[in-house]
Amino acid sequence: MKDEVTREERVDNLKGMGCSRKRVEDARFTQGKGNYVDDVKLDGMIFGDFVRSPYAHARIKSIDTAAALEVPGVLAVLTAADLEPLGLHWMPTLAGDKQMVLADGKVLFQGQEVAFVVAEDRYAAADGIEAVEVEYEELPVLVDPFEALKSDVVLREDLVAEDGSIPDGAHGPRKHANHIFTWEAGDKDPTEEVIANADIVAEEEMYYHRTHPCPLETCGCVASMDKVNGKLTLWGTFQAPHAIRTIVSLISGLEEHNIRVISPDIGGGFGNKVGAYPGYVCSVVASIVTGKPVKWIEDRMDNLMTTAFARDYWMKGKISATKEGKITGLHCHVTADHGGFDACADPTKFPAGFMNICTGSYDIPTAYLEVDGVYTNKAPGGVSYRCSFRVTEAVYFIERMIEVLAIKLDMDAAELRRINFIKKEQFPYTAALGWEYDSGDYHTAWDKALKAVDYEGLRAEQAQRVEDFKAGKTRKLMGIGLSFFTEIVGAGPVKNCDILGLGMFDSCEIRIHPTGSAIARLGTISQGQGHATTFAQILASEIGLPADSITIEEGDTDTAPYGLGTYGSRSTPVAGAATAMAGRKIRAKAQMIAAYLLEVHDNDVEFDVDRFVVKGAPEKFKTMKEIAFAAYNQAIPGIEPGLEAVSYYDPPNMTYPFGAYVCVMDIDVDTGVPEIRRFYALDDCGTRINPMIIEGQVHGGLTEALAVALGQEIAYDDMGNCKTGTLMDFFLPTAWEVPNYETDYTVTPSPHHPIGAKGVGESPHVGGVPCFSNAVQDAFRPFGNTHTNMPHDHWRIWKAANELGLHG
Amino acid sequence: MIPAAFEYYRPKDMDGVLSILEEHGDDARVMAGGHSLIPMMKLRMADVPHLIDLQDVGGMSDIELTADSIRIGALVTQADIIDHARLAAAAPILREAALQIADPQVRYMGTIGGNVANGDPGNDMPGLMQCLNASFTVVGADGERDIPAREFYEAAYMTAREDEEVLTTVTIPLPKGGYAYEKQKRKIGDYATAAAAVQIVKDGSNCVSASIAMTNLSDTPIYSEDASAALVGTAVDAAALDAAVAAMLEDIDPTEDNRGPIAFKNHVAGVILRRAITRAWSRA
Repeated sequence: MKDEVTREERVDNLKGMGCSRKRVEDARFTQGKGNYVDDVKLDGMIFGDFVRSPYAHARIKSIDTAAALEVPGVLAVLTAADLEPLGLHWMPTLAGDKQMVLADGKVLFQGQEVAFVVAEDRYAAADGIEAVEVEYEELPVLVDPFEALKSDVVLREDLVAEDGSIPDGAHGPRKHANHIFTWEAGDKDPTEEVIANADIVAEEEMYYHRTHPCPLETCGCVASMDKVNGKLTLWGTFQAPHAIRTIVSLISGLEEHNIRVISPDIGGGFGNKVGAYPGYVCSVVASIVTGKPVKWIEDRMDNLMTTAFARDYWMKGKISATKEGKITGLHCHVTADHGGFDACADPTKFPAGFMNICTGSYDIPTAYLEVDGVYTNKAPGGVSYRCSFRVTEAVYFIERMIEVLAIKLDMDAAELRRINFIKKEQFPYTAALGWEYDSGDYHTAWDKALKAVDYEGLRAEQAQRVEDFKAGKTRKLMGIGLSFFTEIVGAGPVKNCDILGLGMFDSCEIRIHPTGSAIARLGTISQGQGHATTFAQILASEIGLPADSITIEEGDTDTAPYGLGTYGSRSTPVAGAATAMAGRKIRAKAQMIAAYLLEVHDNDVEFDVDRFVVKGAPEKFKTMKEIAFAAYNQAIPGIEPGLEAVSYYDPPNMTYPFGAYVCVMDIDVDTGVPEIRRFYALDDCGTRINPMIIEGQVHGGLTEALAVALGQEIAYDDMGNCKTGTLMDFFLPTAWEVPNYETDYTVTPSPHHPIGAKGVGESPHVGGVPCFSNAVQDAFRPFGNTHTNMPHDHWRIWKAANELGLHG
Repeated sequence: MIPAAFEYYRPKDMDGVLSILEEHGDDARVMAGGHSLIPMMKLRMADVPHLIDLQDVGGMSDIELTADSIRIGALVTQADIIDHARLAAAAPILREAALQIADPQVRYMGTIGGNVANGDPGNDMPGLMQCLNASFTVVGADGERDIPAREFYEAAYMTAREDEEVLTTVTIPLPKGGYAYEKQKRKIGDYATAAAAVQIVKDGSNCVSASIAMTNLSDTPIYSEDASAALVGTAVDAAALDAAVAAMLEDIDPTEDNRGPIAFKNHVAGVILRRAITRAWSRA
């Protein structure tokens, strides 16, 4: 039989890896047919909402719920006193601390959950909230972590022994009642010695401000306890549905098989939806108490003020170098403001996440990092906002320190980077703070980026601009922002990464149907990343069935294999690897079936795009479609019927995507208004599965980077009042504020990943923040600026100009 | 973000509106586009037990141009203003300002009547109307009266309109000369950090009349008579600009907020006014 279809056409038909396949999810999203948690409507469903504290620190003298219970439609009001007999008035956090579910005698931040009003509809719940009378006694407020470490005011009496001593915390000894942990990496004494004896030392203090991921959809859940069969179903905005199931089981005492957690469509996560929140616990309890399904959905203010802040790191750095600019040592101290409870979402052994990637992309022989976690009267959280754990902080730190060092050396910052990059031949490279970088080719990426933007030309233009400014010909300065970043994603190897003891592997289970289509289920959950599109592409290339014939399903713990979910760019590095490995198991069995059907030995057939062919006789073949049918319908000696596989993948290492970014910005010195003229982003995420989706992810990540660098913050006044609780003041960029992005790439595959992919969703955020910030800082460098803190909103840029005397 | 319960009314004529207002006094509020009032109700910052929707009351959706004035009905939306070619020709500053209000979705609902009547110091139209020396027609149980825009605003959300009166029409003398509406804001949809409305008339090489008003730099819009006067009789040179800015700074009284501290706002107000005057002068 003559094969009418060329090999090239067969490859195209699969829509496998490397294809800019259109996103299969978008047909429903663009037509309003998505199914989000707030779309879940069940018979008899009731609603819960919170009475929240107006104070940042106060003792609760009394809670009177009588008037609220009189409000028509209000069914119940839960307080800590109601949860205490169940042991649910506190819950464990992901960071080894515990957190009040409902205020137990006091509140520690504005917006803290005080009582849970359950009502027939949302309107009645809102009226009920107004009617709950809480008597507070205000306490002194601590919003500054440095003050907190000196203060006699104790925020967490539960963590002080009766004799006044300070017991160890989850991460070792504590120095003060408001101190959470000290975490160290690297070698203290050798680093200090190198810095003390260095030719050149640059020092800087920088504050990476508190901000917040802002997904379009806020957090929420629907809890439904079926008292007849004893099963709890929990729909929710969970980035890690299996982990939530295990946590619910451990907290509630329900057996895990009696809990079904479902993450439906999720409208963005960015780390906001990793943690467990009081709303989930209260909804479950309310459903158990009332026997009815209970829905809880945050409004925007609840979301911004109470769930999952990010960053809030006070960083102090020293970097040393030779006169020629070769870096010799790096010292970093962080005072980390964790708010009222330590609810950071990090792997258990890493209370400051992967902050110890702060040596960045550079060959720095000696380094030391010390992080002190501190309690304050702010909301808990500490999530990885579109980044792997604390990697944005680490990359911001080193990319600022490089600039500060360049100023000290009076050297071009691009050149300083170039002479300190880890060289291609040094990979795998073990950094001074312990990580083994799997692969990289930084010089090639950097040269490509600088050439693409005509770096020399930009510097010449900038020099002319400075002359013109000094001559009074213009009031606009020009900044060239540089950033080179290395991410550390794909957590991770179970040997050093777990969350609450749950190893951070991931999984894929594949069933091939008899007619040659398939379903694959994974332990991850897409929040917009396009998993249903890209994982089908990985499988298409691995098993030779068209991506269009493969359904990807995630998020239902009753059907999906156990996995740790989607955050920290871990889906492709971990679940993507599991998908490839499960696909290879399918292929191995298919090879035996093909050999039987073709009446040759197993080793005499080889895989070719969508079929197995007899070696040396390509006209003799069986397509994967034919093999699938035979697998189910033909008795083959020694082979079980069916074609299924499951793989649990524990990665041998993290992956290390990297990139080179350049931003060109004009700054109006008189108004503080920045204008982004150009943004060039080169990303190397290893093997590229879907270039179109990569580009979309880069655009999104850069936009969130722009937001954080130029204005997005969670700010508090001295009384602990959150000043940025609505989108009027919390900066969420629209198309209007977003510049045109130029994207580019190099490809350095991960040597240990089955398909060489590294993950990309978060890279642009990690690399983008320092790039935007460096552009602002660079504009003022000719006038003596070394560092000014983010966010670079109009007034802070104006202030920088003002302090440099640029307003005459 | 859920408002307290309220009674919703949609009367067919102004008598119906006025009778509800009379019955409920300050427990009732009228609503045109609702884009200021409804968010306040959802935040439970405004308590409105009786909400009167004006959408079915006729006669307030027209833009009329005569030889010497412009009459704009209270229910005319910002989008209507932007789309009206003859209005744009007669008073281009209205279009220039309306394009800087919020975003297109809001501009399809937000009305000129609501914008000027609500008394929110962040709104752009009140300052612009002071610059243009507009007057507002309000109607109550005792009939109609006109209130000059420059006398309408008393404090934040406090105006010369009585609770039982409805603002029906904005009347603007046909503007003359060059114009500019200059606004600095943090992002699309934001209120101004500082905004300036300027109309300026040139005869030969000198300014013969000028009108300047500032937005979101006090608890009311600020019509700065002294700043305007500083330009008249000058060639709008550097000294005149300095004098106008200095006079304006005497009149405004900004407060610190998330946009920045007072020193920043004063500085930006000066920069924005300078740019507005320069642009208006170039068009005069």
